[in-house]
Amino acid sequence: MIAFGQFLEVLVSGLLAGVLYSLVALGFVLIFKASGVFNFAQGAMVLLAGLALVRSLDFMVGKGLPFWAAIVIALLFAAVVMAITAWMVERFVLGPLINQDGLTLFMSTIGVTFMIEGGAQMLFGSDVYPLRLFPSDAWFLFESSFPGGILVSKIDVWGGMIAAVLVVGLALFFQKTKTGRALRAVADDHAAAQSVGISLNWIWFIVWLVAGLVALVAATVWGTKLGVQFSITFLALKALPVLIIGGFTSVPGAIVGGLIVGAGEKLAEAYLGPFIGGGIEYWFAYVLALAVLMARPQGLFGERIIERI
Amino acid sequence: MFYRETGQFKSSYAADMQIFPIRQDRIALWVVLALAFIGIPLLNAFHIWPFGSEYMLRAILIPFLILSLAAIGLNILTGYCGQLSLGSGAFMAIGAYSAYKFATGVHLPFGLFDLSIPPLPMLPSILLGALMSAVVGILFGIPSLRIKGLYLAVATLAAQFFFDWVFIRVKWFTNYNSSGSVSAPDLNFFGFVVNAPIERYLLCLVFVAIFALLAKNLVRGNIGRQWMATRDMDIAAELMGIRPLYAKLSAFAISSFIMGVAGALWAFVYLGAWEPLAFSIDRSFQILFMVIIGGLGSILGSFLGAAFILVLPILLDQVPHALGVPISVETVSLLVFIITGALICWLLIVEPRGFARLWLTGKEKLRLWPYPY
Repeated sequence: MIAFGQFLEVLVSGLLAGVLYSLVALGFVLIFKASGVFNFAQGAMVLLAGLALVRSLDFMVGKGLPFWAAIVIALLFAAVVMAITAWMVERFVLGPLINQDGLTLFMSTIGVTFMIEGGAQMLFGSDVYPLRLFPSDAWFLFESSFPGGILVSKIDVWGGMIAAVLVVGLALFFQKTKTGRALRAVADDHAAAQSVGISLNWIWFIVWLVAGLVALVAATVWGTKLGVQFSITFLALKALPVLIIGGFTSVPGAIVGGLIVGAGEKLAEAYLGPFIGGGIEYWFAYVLALAVLMARPQGLFGERIIERI
Repeated sequence: MFYRETGQFKSSYAADMQIFPIRQDRIALWVVLALAFIGIPLLNAFHIWPFGSEYMLRAILIPFLILSLAAIGLNILTGYCGQLSLGSGAFMAIGAYSAYKFATGVHLPFGLFDLSIPPLPMLPSILLGALMSAVVGILFGIPSLRIKGLYLAVATLAAQFFFDWVFIRVKWFTNYNSSGSVSAPDLNFFGFVVNAPIERYLLCLVFVAIFALLAKNLVRGNIGRQWMATRDMDIAAELMGIRPLYAKLSAFAISSFIMGVAGALWAFVYLGAWEPLAFSIDRSFQILFMVIIGGLGSILGSFLGAAFILVLPILLDQVPHALGVPISVETVSLLVFIITGALICWLLIVEPRGFARLWLTGKEKLRLWPYPY
């Protein structure tokens, strides 16, 4: 019974951690879907959003504003920062690079990553800033069934709920709104979308804005978990296997991929780790992704890749 | 006016197919080689600026040469064969650690067959280390038969993270050194111990010159054309009778071999003592940048890209000092980040094909100069 309780605890914490990976992966999927750009800057955007949020929050709390008002204003401020970033990226980097191949665009987002990382830390400072939006203690569930119960951290649960709301919101946005449909049209075929009067530049701005807001949401959760700091940018690398497993173009795929990666990684660490040395969390997700790729090159939920000559 | 091929007639097939068919190019190449092999050592011996200082050799020229070699390796894979790789750091690490193991003696306690190899001399160690890198490169290249593009990039990331972990956790590779860092054995080449910066520089130069020549000839030949056909459209190449298995895996093997040599040099010659961090994901990205900024599918581009990416932060670091602007070290490093990123974006916008293409355009202009046509 202890073993099963422990298994359940590892599984639940893995699944919840996976949801947090999905939060970052979602930003990738959005931009890839709408513009075919593999946005390496997503991790840096999480850092920027987090820094903007936590610094303005600290500033206003220091000025004596009530906490709830400070949060609202700080969220708005961070959203404006993300909007400005989105506009600048579209205007100065991606706009001039229209019609270049995917690799060039990917490289340019790495350049953007550098600029955002440098700029964000220069504007807002480069220390570790604790963020306390969500409670960070833990619940003990099922204490009657298992000795010691199952430890579930509250912030992970908050993250899960936020991710659920986000996915529903995004699904509605993509299915029901005019802009959302325009985004899907652009994703399908740039030229055809342009010919029916959809402005590419506007759409790209929107999509980077939405990705920026997703980054902001991810920053609230990850910032509470780890503190807002530079290492948050490595989330981008953690999100890659999630994308591979779920498929680059699928929003539900990002969620399911995140769950698989989170659970797989924690279980592997707990059950394989003792045999081959700890720290396999570090690469397990990638090897898992590699295995998935060998079986299904387009990921679990990706669109089938059809090649023509 | 000075750069034109008028009057240079080719009377044999060999003359037509030589690496540099234009005489001026050949002269330029010999001049560069002479400068690199004779000029810089002479300048260094007589302490003439800027090559008199040890700093120039240690901090700029040696890393430039080694990273150019790594960039050539990646360029074969990404530029010529079209397989995007983010695992260069891992392949360099494999080269470095295997060479280290061969140089200090391999002992595999496998019970039944106890494999022991006595410490090997330096040159065979480096080459065997690179060979190990090539074998691993083939292994991690197998997914490329099924996946491509960004998906493949993530597959190579798996190699990167896996080997980062292996070299941290598996103490066997570091000869059970408690700190996890490794110091290179003496650089003994046929009884001659390479030690002074200028000797280290020349050693790297020899390696780079040999492998650059090798790479240049490979990409001109049959196998290079197979790579390029695979890059341009793999299905069409397959229909024309190019075996993708052979073309892709050979690109992986040769590319990782060269990166393995570069890794061994980086560890032994440049760093001297190193930790797994020396070959982290940042290194992979740095080399990928060099290849893309320099120009995909160009050996010359690998050198130009390496020079740009390596020298840019150093220059940017020096500028505020030179101007006397008081800026904190931290601000400078952040500024370097921003400016590097901006320059990369700018270069991609202005010339997505990199410096190599700028060079070609310049050459075309030079042929007419100073006349308009």
